[in-house]
Amino acid sequence: MDFAFLTLTELREKLDKKEVSSVELTKYFLERIKNLDKDYNSFVTVTEEEALKNAKDADDFISSPGENPFLCGIPYAAKDLFCTKGIRTTASSKILDNYIPPYDSTVIKKLKDQKSVLLGKTNLDQFAHGSSTETSAYGPSKNPWDKNRIPGGSSGGSSAAVGTGLSPWALATETGGSIRQPSSLCGISGWKPTYGRVSRYGIIAMGSSLDSPGAMAYSVEDLAHLAEIMSGRDERDSTTGHAPVEEYAKKISADLHGVKIGIPKEYFVEGMEEGVRHRVMEAVKELKKAGAEIVDVSLPNTKYGSLVYAIVAPSEISSNLGRYDGIRYGHTVANGKDLMEVYTKSRAEGFGDEAKRRIMTGTYVLSAGYYDAYYKKAQKVRRLIVNEFAEVFKQVDVLVCPSTPNVAPKLGKAADDPLFGYIADQLNIPGALAGLPALSIPCGFARPSDGETPSMDGLPVGLQIIGPQFGEQKIFNVGFAYQQLTDWHRKHPQI
Amino acid sequence: MKNFEPSNEYKPVIGFEIHVELATKSKMFSPAPFNPDETNPNTNIDEIVTAQPGTLPVANKEAIRLAALVGLALNCQIDEWSKFDRKHYFYPDLPKGYQISQYDQPISKNGYLDIEILGDISDVGADLIRQSEEGKMGSSPTGKHIKRIGITRAHLEEDAGKNVHPDGLPYSLVDYNRAGCALLEIVTEPEIESGEEARVFLQELRNIVRYVGASSADMEKGTMRVEPNISVRKPGETTLPKYKVEVKNINSFKFAEAAINYEIARQTEILKEGGIPKQVTMGWNEKQGVTVEQRSKEEANDYRYFPDPDLPVLQFTQEYLSELKRSLPELPSQKRKRFLEEYGLPAIDVENLINWKEMACYFEEVVSEIDEWMTQEQGLDRNQLIKSAANWCLQDFSALLNGSGMNPQESNVVAENLAELMKLIQQGKISSSAAKQVFKVMFEKGGEPSSIVEDLGLHQVSDEGAISSVIDKVVADNPKAVADFKAGAEKSFGFLVGQAMKELKGKGNPSVINDLLRKKMQG
Repeated sequence: MDFAFLTLTELREKLDKKEVSSVELTKYFLERIKNLDKDYNSFVTVTEEEALKNAKDADDFISSPGENPFLCGIPYAAKDLFCTKGIRTTASSKILDNYIPPYDSTVIKKLKDQKSVLLGKTNLDQFAHGSSTETSAYGPSKNPWDKNRIPGGSSGGSSAAVGTGLSPWALATETGGSIRQPSSLCGISGWKPTYGRVSRYGIIAMGSSLDSPGAMAYSVEDLAHLAEIMSGRDERDSTTGHAPVEEYAKKISADLHGVKIGIPKEYFVEGMEEGVRHRVMEAVKELKKAGAEIVDVSLPNTKYGSLVYAIVAPSEISSNLGRYDGIRYGHTVANGKDLMEVYTKSRAEGFGDEAKRRIMTGTYVLSAGYYDAYYKKAQKVRRLIVNEFAEVFKQVDVLVCPSTPNVAPKLGKAADDPLFGYIADQLNIPGALAGLPALSIPCGFARPSDGETPSMDGLPVGLQIIGPQFGEQKIFNVGFAYQQLTDWHRKHPQI
Repeated sequence: MKNFEPSNEYKPVIGFEIHVELATKSKMFSPAPFNPDETNPNTNIDEIVTAQPGTLPVANKEAIRLAALVGLALNCQIDEWSKFDRKHYFYPDLPKGYQISQYDQPISKNGYLDIEILGDISDVGADLIRQSEEGKMGSSPTGKHIKRIGITRAHLEEDAGKNVHPDGLPYSLVDYNRAGCALLEIVTEPEIESGEEARVFLQELRNIVRYVGASSADMEKGTMRVEPNISVRKPGETTLPKYKVEVKNINSFKFAEAAINYEIARQTEILKEGGIPKQVTMGWNEKQGVTVEQRSKEEANDYRYFPDPDLPVLQFTQEYLSELKRSLPELPSQKRKRFLEEYGLPAIDVENLINWKEMACYFEEVVSEIDEWMTQEQGLDRNQLIKSAANWCLQDFSALLNGSGMNPQESNVVAENLAELMKLIQQGKISSSAAKQVFKVMFEKGGEPSSIVEDLGLHQVSDEGAISSVIDKVVADNPKAVADFKAGAEKSFGFLVGQAMKELKGKGNPSVINDLLRKKMQG
């Protein structure tokens, strides 16, 4: 039997009806990883032994009477930024190459409670610094639709694994585009939660005021299920919200009558590929069919988003990476002659170029004399962006726009252009700064503007749906309605 | 130790940074236990304390409450909001590469603490007189002068671990037991002008911290650490000198005073020789009684403070703050004033009671037991009972408690029994030497003094009839001594008292014996 690309809802039914066991499913995906992942490099670590053991436990649970949790027995992959007790967690960096966490992140704990089965840890841009996985210390992952192209990043290992059918879903994180952009480039559905909706506890920090752990899967309905499981106040993360978690999947509705969708003109930027614009406008027509009212809106501060991000994110990064000092864990220089040398050499050897660039930028903008000119000013502009979104959400329920200006670029493009990430993520960053929830879902294919690709149809285009803070239900409804009317989310690459 | 010439050409200006480890159950930002007595390294740690990747801080509510309480007790302004900031530097005892502290919005600021100092008004200098004109100075009930020391701020932060350097080995070790413990850093204005003022200020501050239950504030254990910043200037100068010297490694009030006096003399000498003291951090060497220049780890550091994005802004409602104000216990200065007024005790006794919060409380329990007796029995002298209770508390009882490292409440001597002992002494039912024996038993085994007196047979004979007949016998048996006394040999009187006491097996009331014998001899 072929289990690749089945949705979680479909797998749940098969497991509940005993058409397949968790062990069989797990073996199937482990086998698929073994056969295919040498080409896609989506996993840093595969946890075969633990996975089979957990699958056996899940099967025991399923055969005992009573209802099964939604994820019971279903395999998944986790971005290697989620701490997993006893399982190596690298952040795709050299400095944490040998790091084995003594504890589980809150999200991993919740998934363990569901008796779901971890297949392994997926590749990412080192410490999530990047939009292509090319800053990983373990080499880049590849796009499932074209191995010469990037899968996006930083959660590119997760998007490649799901896009290639190596895992039915995957945990991912976003700071400024790291869920939406790779989901878009790999043709899968990704959910970037409201900041504070899902606990950050146990997720290796990048930009603490932005980091949002989320998920990638094949359908919005699956994402709604995952959101219910992953969300909620965590006493170990003071920035999680107290708002109760809704039954997103149960309440999901494809009827968009009375729903106002804003189309922000600033999100159709210069340099955007024509095919992308086309596909997104077609999708808007579909949403109108489902009953939505389409409204043109404007968010003039959008243009400042990437600039603010370029200050806020590195500031927090430079601080968050301070703990990797070669003293307590992680890479340590072999023969430091004194303390200063232990610090400088351990960090020089352990961090990649991109991490070093961001440490330097962040250190600079936080320095005495520059703090007011950069960090403080950036925070003020961030506040303007937050307010502007709040204003627009008084007029509309959600915003719809492209997830990325381009389909997947070729490998190596990011390395040639240090501003690549800021361009690739420019449509994601303003919403991330405002802590807004968003989806990226497939809405067709477009020919790339930078050469050939194996499929005549081209490469996946992502439709972005942005909601107000804690407005998860609204984005799930719009995404679900779209997936009821179209089947782009059921298109998968020939592998 | 080098000796410096005393000099009045310069006078010191001193400010303090004081760190107090708050008595919380867990650490400032993690559930790991706070236990300053732990001696096994790296026991009170968890993933947060050791800064494992992905961990997040959660602020300890009790630490925030205690910090605000100390702020209120120090007459500070407490704003409706406060926040935590990250202070960055690298050191092995600092696991995250930054310390969570408070930069520009400390939990409390702009407070003051009034201290009582002995110094003659003419010694205290122009500054103080200026302050007096502003109404900041007055005199206290003890006749000392009251001086107001400004509290710049008091902010919350987390403690660092400890680096350990094993002798002769080419590596260092780090113990993170102390890392992450809740610290309150109290910063004063540079308004302290002598070693004595410094000592009195520190003692009063320690008392306040202990009275509100915020910390054990034990200098030897390091739950209170004081760092004076000292410089000297010519009398009458009002601007601060261009340098200051910080002294670390001080672990008692005595050493604080000594280190400050040493620094004053050292700096004065440098200035007199035409030099300017270096701006350095010194360490106090208690064995040699000198300060020694230390290498400083924070030379010209840029800490790159910024608001910690992991911790939401703290908001204090008016209800919370007024509830906190209501919960403030009686503070040392209030208790001091009350003890002086209500009990008429000598100032030194009051001071000693105030400096031991638990003993002050115990003493008050004894007083309320005495007051209980007063309503039930006639002929007791309340003031005398209270005075002797204070004496017993501060002398015999304190000596025994100090010997066993206990507070009075932990001992076998309940307040009611100490009060009863005072009564037995005043009523002449036991002699003061017998009382000491009784008290020893009370301390060791507990029990009521009257039954201990009974058991040990220590009852004092005060009955005039009984004593009178003994005296008759002694006078009859010792005609020579009687004759000597009558001839003017005063010491023979003592011999006769001794004989009477011997007949009474040591239990005679000495003052009754004295009185009756004198009457008999004169008669």
